[in-house]
Amino acid sequence: MSYAATLPAPGAPDFQGAVARRCDTTGLSVCLTAERFIKFNAVAAVVFLLLGGIAAILLALTRWQAVHLLRVDWFYRILTFHGLNMLIFWILFFEVAVLYFACTVPLKSRLFSPKVAWLSFAMMLSGAVMVNVVILQGKADVLMTSYLPLLAHPLFYLGIILVAVGTLIGVFNFFATLYVAKRDRTYEGSIPLVTFGALAAAIIAVVTLLHGAIVMIPTFTYSMGWTAQPDPMWYRMIWWGLGHQSQQVNVCAMVAIWYLIANLSTGAKPVNETVCRGAFVLYILFINLASAHHLLVDPGVGATWKIWNTSYAMYLAVLASMIHGFTVPASVEVAMREKGHVKGLFGWVMSAPWRNPAFAGFVLSVLIFGFIGGITGVTLGTQQINIIAHNTLRITGHFHATVVGGTTLAFMAVTYYVIPLIFRRDFIWRGAARLQPWLFGGGILLVSLGMSFAGSLGVPRRDYDIEPAGIFGPAAHLFLGVMGVGAILAVIGLLLFVLLCVGTILFGESNAGRPMADWGTAQAQVGSRAGSLADDHWAMKGTIALTAVFLAAFAVYYFANWKALADVWPVR
Amino acid sequence: MNNETKEPLLKRLMDNPWLLLVLGVLVPLLSYTLWGWIELALIKPALLP
Repeated sequence: MSYAATLPAPGAPDFQGAVARRCDTTGLSVCLTAERFIKFNAVAAVVFLLLGGIAAILLALTRWQAVHLLRVDWFYRILTFHGLNMLIFWILFFEVAVLYFACTVPLKSRLFSPKVAWLSFAMMLSGAVMVNVVILQGKADVLMTSYLPLLAHPLFYLGIILVAVGTLIGVFNFFATLYVAKRDRTYEGSIPLVTFGALAAAIIAVVTLLHGAIVMIPTFTYSMGWTAQPDPMWYRMIWWGLGHQSQQVNVCAMVAIWYLIANLSTGAKPVNETVCRGAFVLYILFINLASAHHLLVDPGVGATWKIWNTSYAMYLAVLASMIHGFTVPASVEVAMREKGHVKGLFGWVMSAPWRNPAFAGFVLSVLIFGFIGGITGVTLGTQQINIIAHNTLRITGHFHATVVGGTTLAFMAVTYYVIPLIFRRDFIWRGAARLQPWLFGGGILLVSLGMSFAGSLGVPRRDYDIEPAGIFGPAAHLFLGVMGVGAILAVIGLLLFVLLCVGTILFGESNAGRPMADWGTAQAQVGSRAGSLADDHWAMKGTIALTAVFLAAFAVYYFANWKALADVWPVR
Repeated sequence: MNNETKEPLLKRLMDNPWLLLVLGVLVPLLSYTLWGWIELALIKPALLP
């Protein structure tokens, strides 16, 4: 039997309740199979987020030297647990949910195969549970990176292989759906930008998961005693093809979500589709090379390889981030000005729908990712500067800004639409929901800054106890305290998010048959007209001013780091 | 006579997910993985003291 991607027309006998439903808020057709697996993957993602969040507070209260909560063995155990749950499980499950949404709803298509979706979900879930059980049994205190010759229980590697292959199967379902949707012409012209962003994420995921398979299969067979130990330097290089690239999948998914929330909350449309898509193409081609950052002090690979991959080709991906960093707020500004919010340079900012937690979370995600994560990432990824920062808490401060302040916050923000639109329940405790992004975003900002400044003073990452070194003064301890306070705030924000999600799914009022309760969207002033500023390049002057501030901050930070490097060998 | 206007190359690239997939896999595999793998493979064994 040939598979047809086309959804039945609204009103057809198998439309409601069988194959598809019409969304009461957006009017879009929703494939019920895709909806089911979006729910499964999103719920699993939030469970792993909760587990990783509990681990996070235990770790922060241990690195906060004045508290120093955990015993040494449990510190490394929980650090392993935290890394895998937050960086791999929470993110990958949510990304599969995003992929299933992006290939069906915007394209008016069915999901290619429920059987494939089941297989993917079962493999991912069993693998993640296997990994977590083995870690908590104390049989895999090897940290997330599991660098050889450290060796964990074979089920640890097998679990990661299951998660990687399961995700790859989910990605296959995404590509297969794209293929049949195009073949059956469920849409006209190019795929929507949100789907294009998800496509970029899926392509990067293929590269990522291939590296995962290449490195984990021989490590698994070694742990079983079947083969010799893989070369540790080779292991590090291939592992980072999994470890760092998986975070680039996040970046693409996060940016796609930025465009989606900008549209849902303000009606923003990309200021230039070709430029935005071109930026995603730069991600597809070049962002994976950033994995080389982790090997900048490795002796095995040469300077040419390091500099090409981190400081030349990689900058094309940085260019892509800066393009998105401009076009996303610019699209919001144009939309707001077209609605009549034209006062001064930043009147549109003041009139934006700040009471909408999705909008607030999205803006905080853009700011934290760009100003903190982006600037520190490019600077720390420079080979010469990296030598004064490698393996310090500065690195941890950087990726908590990108992955947590950027990606996790964006994923949380879009959930304020996912649950009402996909689970069809209106959020409970809407006041608390409006506070949540600020609590989590503010907390993670403090975590990132605390780590970064402590790292600047030389505090190492992944270190249980800095006191025996006897070289860290009160300033380092102060910044570790800032990190600890931030972690408490962020984890309260995370727990509130989980409580809101679970409470809403269980007890939220059903919105079936009516539009979801409005979080607050940008309102049009009398006399305003959509599309009126399409050819007015100065309509984005506020964003241009913000971009100038960003570039100035970038220049100052970059200069300060070269100065700090020069101070390593003062010539007088 | 064919009067159809051919779409720009960049647009055709962006509308072709399979070509993007091939390029997206090839570029990092060549630039990061293969090149790095060759560099590691060419390291001479250290002499024992």
